[in-house]
Amino acid sequence: MESSNGTFNLRRKRRKRLGMILAGVLFLATIFGVVVLVTLLVDVITTGISWLDGSFLTRFPSRNPEEAGIKSALVGSLWLMGLTALISVPLGVASAVYLEEYAKDGWFLRFIQINIANLAGVPSVVYGMLGLALFVRFAGFENSLLAGALTLSLLILPIIIISTQEALRGIPSGLRESAYALGATRWQVIRSHVLPMAAPGIFTGVILASSRAIGETAPLILVGALTFIPFLPRGAMDQFTALPIQIFNWTARPQDEFRSLAAAAIIVLMILLFTMNLSAILLRNYFEDRRAGA
Amino acid sequence: MSTEPSPTLDAPADDRPQDDLTQQVYNSPKERAIKYLLGACALVSVLTTIGIAAVLVIESIPFFQNVALAEFFGDTRWTPQFANKHFGIWALLSGTVLVTVISAVVALPIGLASAIFISEYAVPWMRQILKPGLELLAGVPTVVYGYFALTFVTPLLQTFIPGLGVYNALSGGIVVGIMIIPMVASLSEDALQAVPDSLGQAAYALGATKFETVVRVDVPAAFSGIMASFILAVSRAIGETMIVTLAAGATPRMTLNPAESIQTMTAFIVQVSKGDTPQGTIVYQSIFAVGLVLFLITLVMNIIANRITLHYQERY
Amino acid sequence: MSTDNPADDARLSPASVDEPTFQNGRADGAADEDAPPVPNSKSSPSAVQPKVEIEDLDFWYDNGDTHALQGISMDIAPHQVTALIGPSGCGKSTLLRCVNRMNELIENTVLEGGIHVDGQDIYAEDTDPVMVRRRVGMVFQEPNPFPKTIYKNVAWGAEVNGYTGDMDALVERSLRQAALWDEVKDQLHSSAYNLSGGQQQRLCIARTLAVHPDVVLMDEPASALDPIATSKVEETITELKQDYTIVIVTHNMQQASRISDETAFLYMGRLVEMNPTDELFTRPEKDRTEAYVTGRFG
Repeated sequence: MESSNGTFNLRRKRRKRLGMILAGVLFLATIFGVVVLVTLLVDVITTGISWLDGSFLTRFPSRNPEEAGIKSALVGSLWLMGLTALISVPLGVASAVYLEEYAKDGWFLRFIQINIANLAGVPSVVYGMLGLALFVRFAGFENSLLAGALTLSLLILPIIIISTQEALRGIPSGLRESAYALGATRWQVIRSHVLPMAAPGIFTGVILASSRAIGETAPLILVGALTFIPFLPRGAMDQFTALPIQIFNWTARPQDEFRSLAAAAIIVLMILLFTMNLSAILLRNYFEDRRAGA
Repeated sequence: MSTEPSPTLDAPADDRPQDDLTQQVYNSPKERAIKYLLGACALVSVLTTIGIAAVLVIESIPFFQNVALAEFFGDTRWTPQFANKHFGIWALLSGTVLVTVISAVVALPIGLASAIFISEYAVPWMRQILKPGLELLAGVPTVVYGYFALTFVTPLLQTFIPGLGVYNALSGGIVVGIMIIPMVASLSEDALQAVPDSLGQAAYALGATKFETVVRVDVPAAFSGIMASFILAVSRAIGETMIVTLAAGATPRMTLNPAESIQTMTAFIVQVSKGDTPQGTIVYQSIFAVGLVLFLITLVMNIIANRITLHYQERY
Repeated sequence: MSTDNPADDARLSPASVDEPTFQNGRADGAADEDAPPVPNSKSSPSAVQPKVEIEDLDFWYDNGDTHALQGISMDIAPHQVTALIGPSGCGKSTLLRCVNRMNELIENTVLEGGIHVDGQDIYAEDTDPVMVRRRVGMVFQEPNPFPKTIYKNVAWGAEVNGYTGDMDALVERSLRQAALWDEVKDQLHSSAYNLSGGQQQRLCIARTLAVHPDVVLMDEPASALDPIATSKVEETITELKQDYTIVIVTHNMQQASRISDETAFLYMGRLVEMNPTDELFTRPEKDRTEAYVTGRFG
């Protein structure tokens, strides 16, 4: 279409084509991440799958790759995750409840919020240094599961607080109001209505935070988990190792056999993480169904 | 009609709640105790920050009694294990900067492109695949990325770059970049989503194509949010530990050559703490000084990014 | 928005709210200089002690920046339905919330003046807001049952209030009072979310009644409902006044005239006129009231 005065040179066709090409570039960039993820998984699985059998899970680490397993690392990781959840979930949920339901708007609340946002960005290795100085040495917990779990708890605390706060904010204020109007106290409203309704969101956040904790390596190295542990911990004060530590150990060795062992251990770790993420989704759906139903 | 409550509907007198309005229920001791207990939990996060700062400062005091600040910030060699010890932070800092720059070159364009695609182009079903895909990528433990860098990316790079060492900044930097792509993508997408639709509509009305609208209207409008995502991601790259420990080497040196083996601040901290370095030695003390520098750098970046984010959230 | 009296603007500042504007719970016409002063004539028998007395109430939002209620005084008679009407933003919902201290759930508000229920100052230093809300219940605009069973919705308020009697009987009685029993008696243990909007709102009424309040406040309880559900709720309200004192906020003047005994008209945070409902709708004292009830503004 030619306009009569010809001062516009729209070149629309060319501009459109250029746009299409550039959109294609955007698409390629976007799937880059997914492609890398698939590559990583395929690489790990092809390298590690042949080492992964039942006895891999039930053998202790060994200097001989043929005899090495991840029993103590897997059990250590499960211990660590349980203890960490036990410490961080009540603490994190309580903090979030205080900030959302009790704290009055003001400089103090803003300060705590900014502080939490900044804590979420502190490198994990720095948490490890805090744990080393505070729990391992000052509190005298030494290289114990407890020291590791306390360190990881502080590490994931901001994640739990932030996700719980989001869950609490999602609850309609009318629900709180109607409970207050029935003559309920603040705690009664929170316990009977706010927390149950926020539970799916809180659960999801907790599981995601725990999956962060279970994959952490650097803080555990700092608190001294990097030792040869051919036994299972029997209590929170025992020494331990964990899956990521075992993976790090094996990867850092130059021999191919150990790297294959690392790949096999990665498969186990990724399955664990995948299961956790899946259960987060299922739990959320279950609660949402229950909320809608009886 | 009687004004008296009808007897059938009225509860027995003993069931009725106390009429005493001054009975303290809302501020009962139990309610107050709960409030203070929850408040104490909220203080843990503040204590954590104080604890981190206190530990790093107190533990690095002995170090700075032996090593002058002038040497720490003036020397370019970091050789704590040698007989002739040097503690010049630049050797570690340059390793961190090198890895961070490489990771930024990878992650910022790809992350931003992903954000633009997901927020402006992707149809719902694509979004439903891409977003969880990126979340999964973000959920991969860093030690797994470290394995990937060392056993897959480095050999791959060696086929293109003959003579590339087993440990090099390039491989570590690329994989750190891959690790922070999801962060850039998701935070930038939030920023793009926050741009009011009306801005884009106006551009369309003026005859702009989709791509022109996105690049000339939406991206500039979301600029501050995108910057915040860049800063947070770069800060994350600076603090990344396991990838660089496994893949980038353990040789602190001032270099801008990405093919060389280097050491980052974080990798040095891990190297010392995984060994048998006895407490009280200057090497042991030095990790807290390095940790302090690392903490301050990332803290400043996080504060800046969070301020920008708050700012743009208020604007729209 | 027109302000036909310069005094209105002058009195927007909190400093001058002590100006004697009201007598005996009635607006004296400060906002309508052309209306002849009418002698105060109580509609309800003067022998009856008012259930709720509001005295010179001022209320601000945003730390005093928004003056939502200005010098409101009124008496609310027991066992009657009192309607609060007025255009949106006139402060009628705010006034309602002040009567059971729900206003305190909003941050940065300021209240001056007093409210007495049965002669007791509900804003006294040692008065507990929870105790006030047990005596003065509230039903909200949106039906908002708890995500629990019908039974638990009704029982919860009584439970937290330490009710020790027969809970089944209480639930039945409350549901009967709210005219919902026959519709739900076979599904007491299914989710309240399965009910229709009108049923949900009557469940919310039953839930409020289970706490045995003396006064029930209703904030546009039928505005989210269809006409049939609305008439059900209105019927329920009319039934309830033999046992309770009811204050209802409504923007629907037909509704006010159908169900209320007394009506108060609020405009821009002030009480313009309060009179027996039939009087207020047929022979309003103030021009502004007349303009509003005849639909000339609002």
